[in-house]
Amino acid sequence: MTRLLLKNVRLVDPAQGLDENGDLLMSNGKVEAFGKNLPALNAKIIPATGKVAVPGFIDLHVHLREPGFEYKETITTGTAAAVAGGFTAVATMANTNPPNDCAAVTEFILKRAAEAANARVYPIGSITKGIEGQELAEIGEMVEAGIVAISDDGYPVKDIAVMRRALEYATQFNIPVIEHCETPELHPGGVMNEGYWSTSLGLRGIPTASEEISVKRNVVLAELTGARFHIAHLSSKGALEIVRLAKDKGLAVTCEVTPHHLLLTDKSVKGYDPNTKMKPPLCTEEDRQALLEGLRDGTVDAIATDHAPHHQDEKDQEFDEAPFGIVGLETAVSLCLHHLVGTGLISLSRLIELLSSSPARIVKVDGGNLKLGAPADVTLLDLEQTHVVDPSKFLSRGRNTPFEGSELRGTVCATIVGGDIKWADEKILD
Amino acid sequence: MRLSRKDLLDIESLSPAEIELILETTSSFKEINTRTIKKVPTLRGRMVINFFFENSTRTRTSFEIAAKRLSADAINISASVSSISKGETLLDTVRNLQAMAPDILVMRHAASGAPHFVAERLQASVVNAGDGIHEHPTQALLDAFTILESKRRLDGLKVVIAGDLLHSRVFRSNVRLLTKMGSKVVVTGPPTLIPPAVEQLGATVSPTMEQALVDADVVMMLRVQQERMEAAFFPSVREYFRLYGLTAERLERARPDVILMHPGPMNRGLEIDSSVADGNFSVILDQVTNGVAVRMAVLYLLAGASGTEESGNSQ
Repeated sequence: MTRLLLKNVRLVDPAQGLDENGDLLMSNGKVEAFGKNLPALNAKIIPATGKVAVPGFIDLHVHLREPGFEYKETITTGTAAAVAGGFTAVATMANTNPPNDCAAVTEFILKRAAEAANARVYPIGSITKGIEGQELAEIGEMVEAGIVAISDDGYPVKDIAVMRRALEYATQFNIPVIEHCETPELHPGGVMNEGYWSTSLGLRGIPTASEEISVKRNVVLAELTGARFHIAHLSSKGALEIVRLAKDKGLAVTCEVTPHHLLLTDKSVKGYDPNTKMKPPLCTEEDRQALLEGLRDGTVDAIATDHAPHHQDEKDQEFDEAPFGIVGLETAVSLCLHHLVGTGLISLSRLIELLSSSPARIVKVDGGNLKLGAPADVTLLDLEQTHVVDPSKFLSRGRNTPFEGSELRGTVCATIVGGDIKWADEKILD
Repeated sequence: MRLSRKDLLDIESLSPAEIELILETTSSFKEINTRTIKKVPTLRGRMVINFFFENSTRTRTSFEIAAKRLSADAINISASVSSISKGETLLDTVRNLQAMAPDILVMRHAASGAPHFVAERLQASVVNAGDGIHEHPTQALLDAFTILESKRRLDGLKVVIAGDLLHSRVFRSNVRLLTKMGSKVVVTGPPTLIPPAVEQLGATVSPTMEQALVDADVVMMLRVQQERMEAAFFPSVREYFRLYGLTAERLERARPDVILMHPGPMNRGLEIDSSVADGNFSVILDQVTNGVAVRMAVLYLLAGASGTEESGNSQ
């Protein structure tokens, strides 16, 4: 096993309250030491003056699409995109074909992830068999096989009794139930946030009440059952308020937000770019400001991408016809560094927490910190380097991003998983 | 004179000066439609494709007549005979049309924004002949022209638009055009059929038909678009007519010289009573007549008539 020494790096690890310059030594896949002028011995040395080493980022919400939709993404391409974007681990959603609703599929995903040997992959099992919302999937067997959470993401569990049982059942494994909170029957044909812009553009609306009703219902069930409940891609001010109250009550409720909901509003849909079509839809400036406040006051637990690759032929259609979702793995970190940290909206250490220790805590996986003996999962950042988002260079098969052409300050220069450099820009490897 | 734009996609992006230009040009073309020989060589050698992905009789025919009276070659394609029914994407259809080098594509589509999508990817000019529930710009232009014929102005008029606002592209184009030109737009209809934040488009919402109609200069009734409704937005035809149907009695609240408009096709006995639709205040058929002249003006102004011909008076 190689030893790796990041020489003269600024280490920022919120889990230890650390922000110091020094050398970071990794060996046998673990963090071995951090200090001034560590002896190199036989370690590979990476000069990292001016760079920032942080705990490897963990994305709680990606769609790797395999098995079944390999034309959109594979476990290999999706995890390559993850490490290129600074993520050392991703939790992948179950809505594949077949869905991840049994141990055999979980094992397949983990086998493919091991072969790809890029980022770590944490499979999320489905709540119900076939993601049909009726019978519970074999959650216990999937837990044994390696799932870290359950979710029918994309297909909210409509039957309230099924959801109650899922929450109750999950408590024995101490895994979170992750829900895509939406009430689809409220807004048939809805494709964007309901409000002025949906009226102006003549597109059918999805009111934020759709999310709020579902969040409220499930928070009440979480209280009833004592289960751990995590809200995927929370987007609205009203839903955030419900989470805030739940936390005040001490419930085990957590939530994530996406970079696109933090940075864009429904005004972006003007022009009918299908890359502004996602679920939940982009909301108003008021909602966006509330999410930013949620990052600051701790109501929001994590930033996750909801990386949703689609084939160009699917996305390049009339707005009504195009599928929901955008890619995020290769833009999220730079977008957050530029727009959240660069503008002073949140501190660097808060951003790192939202992307590492906090998601690790939600799905209870190792990592998210660089304490001695922790997995040597490290993201190396250059806070000054600028680049322009160029989807043609993405390692993901998906090119569907509304951020094409954005010039961003703050770049991932290397991603280290288990002490191995999985991705690095040319300058680092020189 | 010409429009310095490739496409006519919506009223939202038109300036008042551009609207005035189109309406003035319409006046000169309207005269042609009263001649025995209703044809000028203005767009000879130009190709206009009418691509209708949704059923239409009035608008498609109107565009076709407009193109033919300008001597353009007009080709009609409807979705039922096109490759759309064979699963071709809109993008591929458009690329194939482009390969045949049309000058203008007149397009109707059920998806809002579809003409915008096409216009970005097509060299030819695109005219939106109605996209989903978004806009129907030539309808608003012909409505404005019809109002001008009788009122001589748009500024300061009270225009009532009533009925199914939610599903109406005619409403969305008209509210934009009329407010740009200084009219006061009052809307009314069942709350289930009023889109959110409609005030931000410049309209004032009136809670009842009776209140809305007081001192109206113009009343536009909208078609109840049951084909676009995925569920019941009101309990029954009977109750709709009782609360929102335009009757002679209700119309008495308007100004004595009120004009009554409807974009068609009408649901008689639902949003409008026949006695009013066929009555003295109605300019519904004038709207249809003016539609041809407005569309001639739009085709002419977009094609640019870069040859020697000047305006519609050329022979």
